[in-house]
This record gives sequence, C-alpha cells and structure tokens, in this order.
Amino acid sequence: MVVGAGMVGAACALYAARAGLDVVLVDRGPVAGGTTGAGEGNLLVSDKEPGPELDLALLSLRLWGELAGEFGTAVEYEAKGGVVVATSPASLAALGRFAAGQRAAGVVAEPVEGDALYGLEPHLAHGLPGAVHYPQDCQVMPALAAAHAVRASGARLLTGRTVTDVLRTPGGAVRGVRSDHGDLHAPAVVNAAGTWGAELASLAGTTLPVLPRRGFVLVTEPLPRRVRHKVYAADYVADVASDSAALQASPVVEGTAAGPVLIGASRERVGFDRSFSLPAVRALAAGATRLFPFLSDVRAVRAYLGFRPYLPDHLPAIGPDPRAPGLYHACGHEGAGIGLATGTGHLIAQALTARTPDLDLTPFRPDRFTEEAA
Amino acid sequence: MTERPHLAVIGAGPAGLAATVAAAAHGLRVTLLDSAAQAGGQFYRQPADGLRARRPQALHHQWRTWERLRDALDAHVKAGHVRHLTDHHVWCVERGADGFTVHALLGPEQEEPVSVPADAVLLATGGYEKVLPFPGWTLPGVLTAGGAQAMLKGTLAVSGRTAVVAGTGPLLLPVAAGLAAAGVKVAALVESAGPRAFLRRTGALAAQPGKLAEGAGYAARLARHRVRLLGRHTVVEAHGAERGGSEPQGRSGGEGPSTRRPEGPGTARLSTPAVPGTAGLSTPAAAPGRRTTHMLAAVTVAALDAERRVRPGTQRRIPCDTLAVGHGMLAHTDLAESLGCRLEGTGVRVDDEQRTDVPGVWAAGETTGIGGAALALAEGHIAGRSVAARLHGHAPDPRTWAAAAKTRTRLRAFSAALDAVYAPPAHWAEQITDDTVVCRCEEVTAGAVREAVGELGAGDLRTVKLLTRAGMGWCQGRVCAPAVAGLAGCELTPSRRPFARPVPLGVLAHQHTHPTGRGSS
Ligand SMILES: Cc1cc2nc3c(=O)[nH]c(=O)nc-3n(C[C@H](O)[C@H](O)[C@H](O)COP(=O)(O)OP(=O)(O)OC[C@H]3O[C@@H](n4cnc5c(N)ncnc54)[C@H](O)[C@@H]3O)c2cc1C
Ligand SMILES: Cc1cc2nc3c(=O)[nH]c(=O)nc-3n(C[C@H](O)[C@H](O)[C@H](O)COP(=O)(O)OP(=O)(O)OC[C@H]3O[C@@H](n4cnc5c(N)ncnc54)[C@H](O)[C@@H]3O)c2cc1C
Repeated sequence: MVVGAGMVGAACALYAARAGLDVVLVDRGPVAGGTTGAGEGNLLVSDKEPGPELDLALLSLRLWGELAGEFGTAVEYEAKGGVVVATSPASLAALGRFAAGQRAAGVVAEPVEGDALYGLEPHLAHGLPGAVHYPQDCQVMPALAAAHAVRASGARLLTGRTVTDVLRTPGGAVRGVRSDHGDLHAPAVVNAAGTWGAELASLAGTTLPVLPRRGFVLVTEPLPRRVRHKVYAADYVADVASDSAALQASPVVEGTAAGPVLIGASRERVGFDRSFSLPAVRALAAGATRLFPFLSDVRAVRAYLGFRPYLPDHLPAIGPDPRAPGLYHACGHEGAGIGLATGTGHLIAQALTARTPDLDLTPFRPDRFTEEAA
Repeated sequence: MTERPHLAVIGAGPAGLAATVAAAAHGLRVTLLDSAAQAGGQFYRQPADGLRARRPQALHHQWRTWERLRDALDAHVKAGHVRHLTDHHVWCVERGADGFTVHALLGPEQEEPVSVPADAVLLATGGYEKVLPFPGWTLPGVLTAGGAQAMLKGTLAVSGRTAVVAGTGPLLLPVAAGLAAAGVKVAALVESAGPRAFLRRTGALAAQPGKLAEGAGYAARLARHRVRLLGRHTVVEAHGAERGGSEPQGRSGGEGPSTRRPEGPGTARLSTPAVPGTAGLSTPAAAPGRRTTHMLAAVTVAALDAERRVRPGTQRRIPCDTLAVGHGMLAHTDLAESLGCRLEGTGVRVDDEQRTDVPGVWAAGETTGIGGAALALAEGHIAGRSVAARLHGHAPDPRTWAAAAKTRTRLRAFSAALDAVYAPPAHWAEQITDDTVVCRCEEVTAGAVREAVGELGAGDLRTVKLLTRAGMGWCQGRVCAPAVAGLAGCELTPSRRPFARPVPLGVLAHQHTHPTGRGSS
C-alpha cells in the first residue's frame, strides 16, 4: 500500500509492482495533485555535491533513461543537459572546484569558456566568464511522468481517499490504513505523502520532521526555442543547501518542448502560505533577464507555487521505519523529488522484497532525527 | 493637492463609475483605472451605438443614468478629485505595509509600466462571457454574444449577413435585437431554456416590472424582424463550407510552437473579453499566415425534452454565416485572488458594505457575481460610500444608502431567479465529440480531456490542465475552464492567475517607483 500518488508514490508503485508485489495506491486527491503538479521536472546532477544524494541522483538518472525508452514522448523526457554559468571570476573558480569534485564522483562536467559558451547558448548575456556543461541533466514533465508511471504499474489506484489513520497490531506492526472510505489492509505501508509526510508518520505513531519550503515558478508565453539547456547561475548551488528561511532566488531558465520558458524557482520557508508574492517572482524575473537579456521583452503569463517537502539535513527519508514495523518512508525529497523518484522507488521495492539495496540506505534512515534529538 | 485619502478603483463600468462618483462626493481622492479607451464598461460601452439608433423606451432610462454618471465623473475630474486613467491594464494589485500599489501596463502595447499607490482599492472588474463548446465552434464566423455586439460597431460590414443567436441567458435577447436592428437577418434565436426564458411572470421575475418590460420590448422587436424564437432548443453542431481556395480544413503550416497571441479586435471569429483589452482569441488554424478556407455555413439545432436532453429526430439545419453564442457570464476574480480575497462560488465574497475579507479591499459589480448593470450600479454606490466613511475613520451609516441596498436585495433575488431559468442543456458535455477542440489556445481536444480523467487519474481542473495543457495558453483557461470542468465532471473552481494580464519580464524585474500615472515615468 502506497499512500500518495505524486511522483515518488508513483515510482514506488511501479517498482514494487515490477518486483512482484500487489500494489494499492491511495491519494486524497487526483494523481499528481500535490507538489508533483506544482514543480518543474529538472532531473539534475549538476546541483549536487558528492555524497549520498548525488549517488541517488546518478542511480535515478539511469532508471529515468530506461523509463524514457519505455514511455516514449508521453512524459516529455529530454536529455538536454545543463549549463551552470559563473557570473564572476570568483564564482568561476568556485564552480570549477565544485565540478572537479563531482567528476571524481562520476558526473560528466565539462568546463566551457569564452566563445564555446555562446556556442552552447547563443542568447546568454555578454561578458560572462565561463560555465560548466553537464550533459547528464535531463527533463521530464512531472505530472505526465507520474500519471504514466501509475498506469504502467498496474497498481489499484484509489483517488479521492484521505488516509485518516494507520492501523497497527497490538504488537505495533502496521497492518493497513483507515480512510474516509473505509479500512484498507496491507502488510506494508509506504509513506509517499510528500510535504504531508510528517502527518502520516504521526498517524503511525512515529515522527518524521518534514516541513514545507515554498517555491514559485514563472511561465512565459510560448516562444521559438532560444534557450537550449537548463541554464542557471552558479549561486543556485549555494541556495539549495542553504538553511536560511529568507527568500532566495537564483533562476533556472529553460525552454520547453511546448514553447514556454520556465523560470524557477524561489525558496522560502513560510509554512503553507499560498498567497502570491510579487517580490519572489520579481526576483526570478530579475535573475532570468540578467542571464538572458532578450527575456525582458517576453511576457510572463502565469506563476505557480508549490511546497517542497524538506527534512532538516536536506536528504530524503527512504526505507523501513524500525519504530513501526511494516511502515516504509519515501518522502522529504525537497526540490529534487522528481529527479530522485525513480531511484527511491527502486530502493523501496528492494527493501519491501528483502533484497540488498543498490545503495546504502543509512544516510536516508527515517529515524535519524530522533537519535540527534536524544 | 488636497490631503484627501486616496482610493484606487479598477474598472470603469457601472460599478466602478458609481463608486467613483460616490467616493469623490464624500471626500475621497479617486484614481479610476480601466483598460478601455473610454469609461462605461461592458454595458454603456457596447450597446450605445445600437441603442441610439432607436432609443426604445425601456432603455432610454438607462441612457439617462449613463449621462448622469458621465457628467458627474467629468465634474469630479475638473474639480481635481478624480483622475481617470484610460488604457491602463492592471496586472496586479500589491498589498504593502502601508497601503496598496496598483501595477498597470499602458495600452494598447501593454509594455510601459505604471504604478499607482492607494490607501484602499475597489475591484470593479466585471465579468466575461462564458461559452460552452460544440462540434464546429472554432469555425470562423462563430462569435460570442459580446463579440457580435462589437461587430455592430462597424469594423465589419454586417448587413447582408445571416445570423443565428444561440446559447442561454438574458443577454441573447438584446444581442439578437441589436443585430436585427443593424440589418442582419437573424434566422433564429436558439435558447436552451424553456419559453419562460423569453417571458413569464413568476416569483422574483414578476417583481421586476422594468426588467420584464425590457424583455417584452426585445421580444416585440424580434417579432417585428420575424426572428424565430426557438425555446428549449440547442445548437448541436456548426458546419463549415469552403470559401474560395482549396486548402482542406484542419491544421496546416509549420510545426513547433507558435506565438498564440490574440489578434486585434474586429475579427469575425470567436472573440471574448476573457482577457479584456486584448480582444479576441485566435485559433491556430485561423492564425495569420495560415490559409483558412472553411467558414461557417450552417448550424444544426435540435429540440430538448423536459429533462433538457436532446430529443432524437428533431435535428434540423439552419443556413447562416454568423453564429453568436453565449452561455452567461463569469466573474473576473484574478486581482482579488492574488490579493488573497476569499471567493464565494465563482465571485468575490463581500459583506453588506461590499468589503472583501482583505482589509482595505472592496469589490462591486459583476466581479462579485453576475447580476446586470443596475445591480452593479447599486453595489458600486454602496461601496463608494463605505470606503469614504472607512477612510475617514468612521463606520458608515447604512441608512444613507438604503435605497441602493433595497435595489441590491431585489436584483440579487432576481438574478438568482434568472439563474434557475437559464441553463445549458443537461449532459451537454456528451454532445461534444472527441475530436472537438475545447482549449483553443493549446488545441486540446475533448478526447484528450476524457483520457486524462478516465485513464490517467486526473480529477480536477488543475490536474486535467497538467496532463493535457488545457488552460495553459494565452487566455489561461478563462475560455475553456467551464467546458473542461463539464467534460471532466468536476467542479468549476477558479484557477489562480497571479497576473491579470501577461506582463513583460523586464517590467517584473524592475521595481518601479513611478509615483503616479501616465506621463510621470
Ligand atoms: C516550485 C517547485 C519547483 C520544483 N522543481 C523541481 C525540479 O525541477 N526537479 C525535481 O526533481 N523536483 C522539483 N521540485 C520538487 C518536487 O516537486 C517534489 O520533491 C516532488 O514533487 C515530491 O513528490 P512526492 O510524490 O513526494 O509528493 P507529492 O507530489 O506532494 O505527493 C504526495 C501526495 O500525497 C497525498 N497525501 C498526503 N497526505 C495524504 C493522506 N493523509 N491521505 C491520502 N493522500 C495523502 C497528497 O494528496 C499528494 O498527492 C520542485 C518543487 C517546487 C515546489
Ligand atoms: C453583450 C452584452 C449585453 C448586455 N446586455 C445587458 C442588458 O441588456 N441589461 C443589463 O442589465 N445588463 C446587460 N449586460 C450586462 C452588463 O453589461 C453588466 O451587468 C455590467 O456591465 C456590469 O458592470 P460592472 O461595472 O460590474 O462591469 P463591467 O461593465 O464589465 O466593467 C468592468 C470594467 O473593468 C475593466 N477591467 C477589467 N479588468 C481590468 C484590469 N485588469 N485592468 C483594467 N481594467 C479592467 C473592463 O475594461 C471594464 O471596463 C450585457 C452584457 C453583455 C456582454
């Protein structure tokens, strides 16, 4: 039983079904109605420093490549590559060091300087000192990817059902969930409730400190393709790992197959505040037009927001919860849940079928925060 | 300059004008912004030309009201208490620590930014027409009721045309009458509601002698022009025919994304003020540079049974080159929503003083719900009085607007009664064939919407949009949302549109500090 039909839940359902399990997927809303429908579909290695998250990203990218072969164009997969631009000589030096570390961990990261940069991205602002090209960065359309993964899984999909409790045996083992439409029994329950994962954990009598981090994305009118890669400024990398609650925005700019340019995303910790923030989208527009001056005359037609599920150490929780036997967590992927979904689903399926996981799950242990508190 | 408190009114239709005049008369400084080139809104702007030709008794009264409002506005402008900013397209209202900033773009290019600071804001942005699709609705020659009205203004030769007016709602009568008066042959008025929609005295309807007289006047005029009134009927399909040229119908031309911006006004194809100030919507098949040889040639209409379902065997064909369709109106709520105002149904929620639940923000007229020009006037008046009192630091005395409040109560009941009478055919969505395009901006078919719901797990407007792109285009779903909701069997929830108008990134990127309007940048 997987709770949450976002990208992560969809991937868990897909890989669990392929591992031979009988899967039920429950969501209180429709498929992709949570953060998955409010994010962008960057599958990035470029923004990750060497460590467990990068390992998970590399595994996930490999699996995304396989899925893309299977789903064809339906999920708008594009292996377009990323270009991380330095805006000053100092940031170029820092970027160079960052990329060297990534190369050692298996990432393809090619320094680009001078004219070569404008060969990759002809419409970039003049006078930029250099960049690093990451050919492995890819793109999917998250909602389509989730919907097609659910369909391909063959899982029983129950939408419009809110999980109101997690059922447990007197011994404390999980045996299913209670929903507003009745009880559903299963020997294993996967918490793929994204930003709402903390609530689900507490229904099961455990804790997982998932919190929301708001983000806005700007969408322009459709254009002929002028931005070829995922392009962002090097300071973005610093934002991702930031602990600051204040607004930070460094623009990831990219063209889409459908025409519009996407500019995202801001990062703020303001709880679940859905109100529109003009300063946040102004900052995105300012960053994007600095990188691509031609965008000044292009119109934004909409902006949307979502709440990234984040955990204090910026790593997701993946694997069994020793405090509630039968409960597995697959949430807290923050701004990378689309990219990391495939690897997460694959690792969850291995854990569910008692196989040795491809990656060491220790850094992702769901109970790691209780120990720290103790 | 006086030290009067400053109110910004957005929308110069009946509601915004009434509010501006009332607020200025009670000690406020008012900046009135509207995207149009003249004051008047949808009501005083559009029918004026047609009306002046004949001045029927029932409408003469409204013409007087307009003249009074216009004269009062002019007087306040001269006295320096009101600034009227035409051609100002408001894209966002921002709430700050000490008041509001209204952000606008100067038309018609909508590139140059203007910001207006204010102590309070009144949203009087009105509504836009709702159109439900049917096979063939994207053919050139199919217009909204309002688009047909605009056609009368003379950008196109109208006489010699043969039109059918169809859909549901009280706007169809004046539109048909206006077309007939302008020399268009109106072959039929096809209304899906029963004959009661044309004239019947029941309940709240009977309490509106003026309104009924209006309806009776239209009916009499239509009879004079021999317009066939087909009550409890619907258009099931529009048919095209080739007009000169041999290009087959359908998409042709280059692949890849096209810039699907709306065209200028005056084009004889479905145009709606859904994105006000930017006039119509183009279908890619009819976009400039692509040859379109199919034009509307006829419609098939059918009778509805007592359950408002199409009665088999009643189909018949009516030749026409123009079809004006409308299925009522929807409120413009974009600005309200990005301010955080709560909605009720599809309109902005207000209290007895026309206050929204965001302090400092009032709303009046059709942005709060559809109810006609007289209701908009009453609400605007009350709002203007309320803001004036509140900005001077005291609670208003509702007795000072008792007459307007009475009118408001009566007309709200009346429009609720109308809503009960006018309704699209039951199960209208079933009539839409899978290959019918429902989202014109993104060319999404009914079949794609059905697949997203039936096979991919979409369950609301947002997830249908994500899985099909329906509603992602230039009009941001203002046109297709009711159709998509009907096809998907989900609720018509207003989608969030932080920008009431598309805004250049360069404008967004720069924090503009222009203190006042035009000429100050
Ligand atoms: C602006 C923005 C940009 C982003 N850009 C990217 C990007 O480029 N690349 C990337 O990889 N990631 C990106 N992300 C992050 C990514 O969107 C998320 O990490 C990811 O969508 C999380 O997926 P999920 O399946 O865990 O959660 P969700 O998609 O939120 O799914 C959780 C589901 O659980 C359901 N649920 C919750 N509680 C219950 C309950 N009690 N009962 C039943 N159902 C329940 C919810 O309805 C929801 O559908 C971005 C996020 C934002 C906000
Ligand atoms: C074809 C047609 C026929 C009609 N016939 C009748 C009739 O016979 N009798 C009757 O009672 N009613 C009729 N109506 C309805 C009547 O027009 C409305 O009830 C009335 O105009 C509502 O007044 P309002 O002030 O609320 O809004 P509106 O008159 O719609 O005015 C709103 C104004 O706000 C402006 N605006 C909106 N958004 C922005 C923005 N973001 N920035 C700047 N400006 C903005 C618009 O340009 C517009 O001028 C008809 C309507 C139509 C379309």
